[in-house]
Amino acid sequence: MAASKTTTPAAAPRALVLGGNRIPFARAGGKYAHASNQDMLTAALDGLVARYGLQGERIGEVAAGAVLKHSRDFNLTRETVLGSALSAETPAYDLQQACATGLETVVSLSNKIRLGQIESAVAGGVDTTSDAPIAVSDRLRRALLDLSRARSVGQKIAAASKIRPKDLAPATPRTSEPRTGLSMGEHQALTTAQWGITREAQDEIAFASHQNLAAAWAAGFFDDLVTPYRGQSQDGNLRADTSLEKLAGLRPTFGLGLDTPATMTAGNSTPLTDGASTVLLGNDAWATAHGLTPLAVVVDAEAAAVDFVHGVDGLLMAGAFAVPRLLARNGLTLADFDYVEIHEAFASTVLTTLAAWESETFGRERLGLDGAFGTVDRARLNVHGSSLAAGHPFAATGGRIVATISKELHRRRTAEGRPVRALVSICAAGGLGLTAILEAA
Amino acid sequence: MSDTYLNLVNSGFTKKLAKQLGLPQPAPLRRYRPGQPLLEGPTLVLGRGADAEAVAGLLSTTWDLEVHRHATPELRYAAVVVVLTEVTQPTDLSEPVLAAAGALKSLARGGRVVTLSRTATADDAPAVAAARQGVDGLLRSLAKELRGGSTGNGIVLDAAVGVDAPSVVGALRFFLSTRSAFVDGQLLTVSSAAGTLPTSWERPLEGRVAVVTGAARGIGESIADTLARDGATVVAVDMPSAGEHLTTVANRVRGTALQLDVTAEDAGERILEHALARHGRIDIVVHNAGITRDKLLANMTPEKWDPVLAVNIAAQLRINEALLTSGDFADEPRIVSLASTSGIAGNRGQTNYAASKGGVIGMVRATAPLLEAFGGTANAVAPGFIETDMTARIPAVTRQVARRLNSLQQGGQPVDVAETVAFLASPAAGGVVGRVLRVCGQNMVGQ
Repeated sequence: MAASKTTTPAAAPRALVLGGNRIPFARAGGKYAHASNQDMLTAALDGLVARYGLQGERIGEVAAGAVLKHSRDFNLTRETVLGSALSAETPAYDLQQACATGLETVVSLSNKIRLGQIESAVAGGVDTTSDAPIAVSDRLRRALLDLSRARSVGQKIAAASKIRPKDLAPATPRTSEPRTGLSMGEHQALTTAQWGITREAQDEIAFASHQNLAAAWAAGFFDDLVTPYRGQSQDGNLRADTSLEKLAGLRPTFGLGLDTPATMTAGNSTPLTDGASTVLLGNDAWATAHGLTPLAVVVDAEAAAVDFVHGVDGLLMAGAFAVPRLLARNGLTLADFDYVEIHEAFASTVLTTLAAWESETFGRERLGLDGAFGTVDRARLNVHGSSLAAGHPFAATGGRIVATISKELHRRRTAEGRPVRALVSICAAGGLGLTAILEAA
Repeated sequence: MSDTYLNLVNSGFTKKLAKQLGLPQPAPLRRYRPGQPLLEGPTLVLGRGADAEAVAGLLSTTWDLEVHRHATPELRYAAVVVVLTEVTQPTDLSEPVLAAAGALKSLARGGRVVTLSRTATADDAPAVAAARQGVDGLLRSLAKELRGGSTGNGIVLDAAVGVDAPSVVGALRFFLSTRSAFVDGQLLTVSSAAGTLPTSWERPLEGRVAVVTGAARGIGESIADTLARDGATVVAVDMPSAGEHLTTVANRVRGTALQLDVTAEDAGERILEHALARHGRIDIVVHNAGITRDKLLANMTPEKWDPVLAVNIAAQLRINEALLTSGDFADEPRIVSLASTSGIAGNRGQTNYAASKGGVIGMVRATAPLLEAFGGTANAVAPGFIETDMTARIPAVTRQVARRLNSLQQGGQPVDVAETVAFLASPAAGGVVGRVLRVCGQNMVGQ
């Protein structure tokens, strides 16, 4: 029989999490104050290469991103690959979806693996608030561009004469929402008030985050997940000795102008952080060929967005909508998950999401369900701590969560010999939210 | 760490001045580079009998060296090999030793003197034992007289070991080469004909998987580099806190990094699991991780004593136990452990460190027999004064003095230790079991 050119559909490959590496996260202005995004992402990537022996290896594709990015970093990920120990023939691309960047690199690369387009991939993210870009004012920028285009002396003088002293003040980077002018904290303060979340409940989330992260460090859980960098060998924001009393003593910083008492403090909000993370992905064949133990399968993902500008939903509430859709598609309920990772942008982000899921009204009116969506067992929530303790270098958080929980899934499955699942939910600026299901491989 | 004094006495006016004042004049040592010829000049092989003929044949035929059997006056020899395996009474030493004496006057800079002799035992006839043990004193004294970066070392053959045994051939090549630049005045015993000669003397560790602890910096880093250069796939192990340097080393040698505290209960299992999963085998383990907490014994505290013993010896014992019981460490395996001259001669303020390093020597002696059935060995390397970050912290004057207290009148480099480790880890060294090889430039202290 003559060979036909039609393609035979083969069983779709699985997208596996094979490992991860990040640098310890540092508080802004700390040990990484003079490290660029590229420096940190290269350190995280080189650590991954060293851990898994990938020197000179041509990886299918590397995708990473940063939320705060210099214009010179237009090809950040490719430049990072070129400066790393990977083969220079490894393709790469930049991706940006605010704080969901890291998780979205995992999701989109996993999809490529499932489609058979690539066999291996590295997902990642990095952010520095210490080395943030500072732009010149729009008026100065226009004048300088006109000046560069000017030919005659007259034109040059005309262009230069448009510059006013006040134009010379730098435009400092902002993380406030362009459409509302409110900072993320002020937005969350509105949502916190809307859902009636107490100060005590928020402090308890923060306390648990520090306790859980400290315990994981003490147990050596991060020995094969983190590589020290520039003298930082543990997460700089971690306060192993914090207490509910100490947290209760902090002054509120957001929602001071609201009618309700302000409850959000520096203790139950994430600090500005510098750091980078990477996740190694591959299909079964590639993992076997490289002697790597699959940790978890990337099962499915769902993004959502809320209309926080005109609607009733808070800026960081998209996860509350994405998860019910994701679980419905996969025929799962919250009870089917052994681990739930909700990114702690603020302690109250976690609490408002949980409250929405527990609300009969929200379930019926906003999710179109018969009643409340469900309850998360707190013992399964952010078991190794999350962003409140580790810090939150925006685009690096997704990689931190995926690598950490994948290792835990594998550990649990090895110990108990049954399927183990994790749900990941990350909120992001612009009313975005990205969620994913991981299952122990 | 650069040795300013060494640079001064080897150039210009200060060189002349040092000579006139009779100051120590350490010579810059030549180190090994792949592709380098084994010896740059003729070799004189002395001694009578079949063994001497066999050695001369090995050097001239197999290794393609220019070999002389009688000293040509004034000729600059690169090496002198004195075969004394067949001496039966002390007077037998006279002819070959005096013949060597003539050649020493014109020995090339960085020259090599190697003796081959047999172990003196209580079962020997007294005259035989006297002749054999005499070589020990002869070699150690001779090495102290050599200058210009030349070294003298001996190979001691146990009964029933022929001069063609792989480890005798391997040791001879090691002592003749620049790989042994800082090994001086040492006698290495070969106890069996075990071991295999490599297909390539440049890549003797091809296909072997080696684990190096404490690989992030200093001597461990150099060991990782050297084993990889010799063909091994390296698993670089160090404390999680040393991960940044470890990454650099692992990526440079194209191995894998394993962040691990060697004192962890399951360190051995984790090393095995990593090596087997990633590289499919484990052949060589180099116990290099070590710490110092110096304190006079009178002022010693548990905080300073216990960690030193835990890291330097207890961890090694526990890891070895895991290796030995795994069944996966069975293809001519090699354990090479870092001892120290402090563990041999003692050192004021280092009772804890010396106890741990003395322990290492005892450990390899007792571990080697357990590996013999698989063609395996356990040996120790005892560095003397090596130029590292650790010795750079010694006060300047003390450091200057410490450097000169050996026959080569200088400190060694981390690579000198690494070369010796690589030799003991090589397939050819299978007949060297439970020994300690010093890399100390023939330090004045201890044996």
